[in-house]
Amino acid sequence: MATITVDGRNFDVGSDKNLLETLLWLGFDLPYFCWHPSLGSVGSCRQCAVKKIQGENGDRSQLVMACMEPTIDGMEVSIQDKQASEFRANVIEWLMLNHPHDCPVCDEGGECHLQDMTVMTGHAYRRSRFKKRTHLNQDLGPCINHEMNRCIQCYRCVRFYNDYAGGDDLQVFSAHDNVYFGRHQDGTLESEFSGNLVEVCPTGVFTDKTLKSHYTRKWDLTSAPSVCHHCSLGCNILAGERYGSLRRILNRYNPEVNGYFICDRGRFGYDFVNAEDRILVPRERDRSEVILESSPIIASLKTALASGEVKGVGSPRASLESNFALRELVGSDNFYNGMSGGESELVQLALDFLSNGPVKSTSLTEIEHCDAVIVIGEDLTNTAPMMDLALNQSVRVQPLEQLGQVGIPEWNDAAAREYLQNQKGPLYLLMPQPSKLSRIATKSFRRGIPELIRLLSEITGLLDPSNGPTKVQQPASGSPNAAREADETVKEIAAALATAKRPLVIAGTSMGSLPLMQAAINIAIALHRKNENTRVSFVFPECNTAGAAMMEEKSLPAGQLSGTAPHTLIVLENDLYRRGTPNQIDEFINRFKQVLVLDHSETPTTARADLVLASGTFAEADGSLVNHEGRVQRFIQVQAADELVLESWRWILKLGKLVDNQKLTAYSEFDHLVDAIEQGCVQFAGIARTSLPADYRVHGQRLTRAPHRYSGRTSMFANHSVSEPRPPQDQDSPFSFTMEGHPGIPPESATSHYWSPGWNSVQSITKFRSEISRGRQQSDPGVRLIEPSGKAYLEYLKLAQTHDHQWQLVPLHHIFGSEEMSIKSPAIAARSPEPKITLNSAQAEEHGIKAGSTLAIIIDDQETALPVQLDADWPTDHIGITAGLPGLPYMEGNSIVQLKPPGNEN
Amino acid sequence: MLSSLRSMWLTFLHLFQKNITIEYPEEKSVLPPRYRGRIVLTRDPDKEERCVGCYLCAVACPVDCISLQATEDEHGRRYPEFFRINFSRCIFCGYCEEACPTYAIQLIPDVEMSEYDRQNMVYEKEDLTIDGQGKYHGYNFYREAGLAIKGKEKGSGHNEEPPVDIKSLIP
Repeated sequence: MATITVDGRNFDVGSDKNLLETLLWLGFDLPYFCWHPSLGSVGSCRQCAVKKIQGENGDRSQLVMACMEPTIDGMEVSIQDKQASEFRANVIEWLMLNHPHDCPVCDEGGECHLQDMTVMTGHAYRRSRFKKRTHLNQDLGPCINHEMNRCIQCYRCVRFYNDYAGGDDLQVFSAHDNVYFGRHQDGTLESEFSGNLVEVCPTGVFTDKTLKSHYTRKWDLTSAPSVCHHCSLGCNILAGERYGSLRRILNRYNPEVNGYFICDRGRFGYDFVNAEDRILVPRERDRSEVILESSPIIASLKTALASGEVKGVGSPRASLESNFALRELVGSDNFYNGMSGGESELVQLALDFLSNGPVKSTSLTEIEHCDAVIVIGEDLTNTAPMMDLALNQSVRVQPLEQLGQVGIPEWNDAAAREYLQNQKGPLYLLMPQPSKLSRIATKSFRRGIPELIRLLSEITGLLDPSNGPTKVQQPASGSPNAAREADETVKEIAAALATAKRPLVIAGTSMGSLPLMQAAINIAIALHRKNENTRVSFVFPECNTAGAAMMEEKSLPAGQLSGTAPHTLIVLENDLYRRGTPNQIDEFINRFKQVLVLDHSETPTTARADLVLASGTFAEADGSLVNHEGRVQRFIQVQAADELVLESWRWILKLGKLVDNQKLTAYSEFDHLVDAIEQGCVQFAGIARTSLPADYRVHGQRLTRAPHRYSGRTSMFANHSVSEPRPPQDQDSPFSFTMEGHPGIPPESATSHYWSPGWNSVQSITKFRSEISRGRQQSDPGVRLIEPSGKAYLEYLKLAQTHDHQWQLVPLHHIFGSEEMSIKSPAIAARSPEPKITLNSAQAEEHGIKAGSTLAIIIDDQETALPVQLDADWPTDHIGITAGLPGLPYMEGNSIVQLKPPGNEN
Repeated sequence: MLSSLRSMWLTFLHLFQKNITIEYPEEKSVLPPRYRGRIVLTRDPDKEERCVGCYLCAVACPVDCISLQATEDEHGRRYPEFFRINFSRCIFCGYCEEACPTYAIQLIPDVEMSEYDRQNMVYEKEDLTIDGQGKYHGYNFYREAGLAIKGKEKGSGHNEEPPVDIKSLIP
C-alpha cells in the first residue's frame, strides 16, 4: 500500500501500478493515448503529464509522464497544475495539427478517444496556418478500413499487433513526422486478431469495415451483453443492433475470460444473423407458412409423445436452456446431445477428467500466467484463437521473472521488451500439422499421431518414473537421427514441464483421436503428482459442446436406433449432416415418419424437415453457454425479433403447451427454465448465479439496452405508420429495449455499452472498474460448474488402440470457415482458405502425386477431389484435409481415407 | 366614470389607425430569411448532396424526429441511404441546423405545412432535398475533409499537402 497526494487530497492506493493507472483508477480524468491496460506504458505520446511536487515549497517540482512514473508512497502530484494542463493542451494541439476535418464522415466519431481527449484538454480551434500532411491509404482486406490521415503516431497499433499478438505484417514506415503505419503493400492483415486494432487505435485510422457497410453511430446502437458463439472459449462480447439488423460486435471485458481482446472470427462473424438464408417464419415442407395450433404435424406429435415415440436431438451450438427444454419435452430416454459418437466420447472423457480427476481446468486469463505449456494435437490458432493470444503472453512469464532483479516494473513495456529481447519461456507444440504458434514455440515437434502418443507416454514416464505407464516400444521405422531427435525432445519437454511453477497441458478434440487425449491426460496426471499447480485445458469444437455433453451423455444414434420405427424426430439447431456422412444421416432421418427442425438458418437438415420453426440467433435469444473450462455464461437478447421468430426454448415451451406436457406448461419465462435446471440437474448447480433475474431493478428501474442519447425514436418507423408503436417488452431479462431505465452505471455483468461522462470511446472502460485489469465492481465473470474432485484418475489411463487404416486423417481446421455460422458472414468468407489436401512430399512422390494437382479421395463413402499441397515435414501416412468449409465432406479422426487410383479423372 | 369614458375614447381612436393583422392566406406575411420553418436538405456548389450521413442532426434532435442511414458510393463519398423527418413531432428548434457540420440541413421560412392526414407529415429524403444551396453558399465539406472521393484525390483538398512519399529518405 502507498499513500499519495493528488491535488492536495490523500489517497491510499496499491503501489504495483504506474501513476497514470492509479490516477484513472481513483477516478481522475487524465488524458492519455499510448498507455493501454494490457499493453503497458511506453511514454511516447507525452499526453499524461502531471506535476510531481518535490522539494521544500515545491521548488524542485517537475513535469513527469504519469504512465512512466511508479506509484511511490508519500508522493505528491498535481493534475490541475497550470503548467501541467498547459503542457497537455499543447501536446493535443500538436497532435491535431495534421488531423483531418473528417469527424462527420469518420466511423470513429462519437466514440473517439482523440475527440474525448481533445475536449478534455480544451483545445477547440486550429491556430496553425500551415497545410495539413496527407497520407495514402491501403486496402487492408475485408475487415479493417485504413485512413492514415487521422493517425496521431501513438504506436498502439504496432505494439498490439506485433508485440502483444505476435503478428508481423503491420509495421511502421518512414521517418520523423511522416511515419506511416501499414503493411509493406496492400493486402489483408494476416493476424487473427487484427480486429482489435479497431478498439486499440485511439482514433479512426483502423475502423471496422463490416460496420461501415451498415454504418451506425455508437449512440444509436441497441446493445446487450452477449457471449461469442463461434468457438468453445466463450469470449464476452457486446453486440449492437439498429433498424432490426445486427451492426457490430465489440469486446466486453471479462477479467477471467477474454480481457480486452477478441479474435476476428468473433468480431466479424456476426453477419449470419443478417444473412439471406435466415428462417423468419415457421413453415412446412412445401415452404408454406404454418399455424401451429391447427397443424396436423402437431396433432400427430401429441399422440407420438404420449407413446414415447419421439426422439429429440439437442445441439452443441444451442443454449443450455433450449437443450433442457427439448429434453423435458421428449424425456431423457429419448434425448441425444447431438454430437457424433466419436466427438461425444472425447468430450465426455475430457469433462469426466475435469470433474473427477485431480487437475483443474484453466480460464483464458490463467493461461496467460502459466509458465510452461505443452499443446497436444490442437492447432489453437484455428480452433480456439484466443488461446493463441493467451499463449503469446504465457511465453513471456518466465523471462519476465528477471525484471525484478534489474528493477524494471512489468508495466514499463518498452524497457521490459528491450531488456528481455526475444527470450521466450517453454512452449511445446506436438501435432502433425504446421501451426502459426511455432513462431513463438520453443519447439514445434511435428510427428504422426501414433508416434506422438508414444512420445507423450515417454514424457509421462520421465515425469513420474516410479509409476509411469509401461514404455511403448520403439517403432520399427524412422532413421536413427529422427529417433535421437525425438529422444532429446522428450527429455527437453519433460525437464521444462517438471521445473515449471505452473505447467499447463492443452489438448482438444479436433484431431478426433481418443488415445491422443488419453496420453495428454496421463501427462497432466503425472505433472499433477509433481506439482499441484498443474493445469489442463481442453478445446472443444463448439460454443456449448460442454453444456450439451453435461446435459446428456447419449450421442447422435445414427445407425444405432433399434426396436420399433420411431415416429417423430425433433432436431434442435443442429445440422445433422455435419455429424455424419450423408448416407448415415439420410438413413437416420428416413426412419422417422415426420421431422421437426428448429433452426435460425437454412441447413441441409432443414431441407429435410416437414416442419421448420424459426429460432432466434444469439442476437434474438436469451440463453446460457458452458465454455471449454466449464464456465457457464449468460448471453442476453440484443434485438427484439419478429413475432414469428422465437427462442428455441420458447418454441419448445409452446409445443409443450400444445401437447399438454405437464412439466413444460409450468414454465413460461426464461428464469423458470433456469430455476428448473438449477434444481433438476445437479451438474448445473450454480447456473442461477450467472445473471441477474428478470425482475432485477435499480431504484425500481430496468437496465437499458439503448444508450441515453439514442436518436430517431419518433421517426425510425414513421414510414410504416406515424403512430409510434409500443416499444417491445422483455420478460426474460432486466433490460429494456429502449433508453428508458436506470441512467447510471449498471452492475458490471450487465454492461450493455461503455460510456462515462467525457469518455465516449471504449477507453471509458477504465471508469467501469474498481481496479483496472484486476476484477470488476460486483464482478461476475460467469460461474465455474466444474471443479476437480480428485476422486478418480488416480491411476494412469490405459491408452486405446490407434486405428490401423492406411491413412491417418488430420482434419485441417481454419479460423475463417471451419465454424458453421461465421462462414455465412461475407467478411469471414472472404478470408477463408481454398480447401486442400496436404501430404508428405516424399510419400506423394512415391504415389506419383504432384503439388498443385487435383487428388481424388474417398472419405468413408464420400468422394471428393481437392488440390494437393506438399509438405516435407508432414508425417508419412497422414493425410491433411481442410475441414468444415461448406461443400466439404464430413470427416472425423477415425474416417477411412483412400486415394482414388490416378488416371480415372482429368 | 371618467376612466370608462377615457377607455371608450381611446378605442374610438383606433378606428382610424392602420391594421396590424393581414388577410392571411390571401395576403402573406414576409418572414425573415433566418426564420425557423420547414427543414430542407441542400446541395453543395457542385450540385451534389451536402448531407454526409453523420447522424449529428439526429442526435441533436430533442424530440428524436430525424432518422437516417448512412451509406457510401464506390468512391467513398458518404450520403444518406434514407433520411426521414417526422414533422408531426418536429418542434422547429433548429438544433439540427446548428449541429450540421456541412450546412446540409437548413430551416427555411416556410411554415405552411398543414395536412389532413398525419402520415403526410413524414418527409423522406426526396421530399426534403432542394436543388440549391439554401442560406449558406459556397461550402463544400469534401473540399475541407481529408477523405478522398471521386474527383478529389488525397492531398488535393483545401489546405492540404500532397500525400507523403513514405519511401523518401529526404529529412
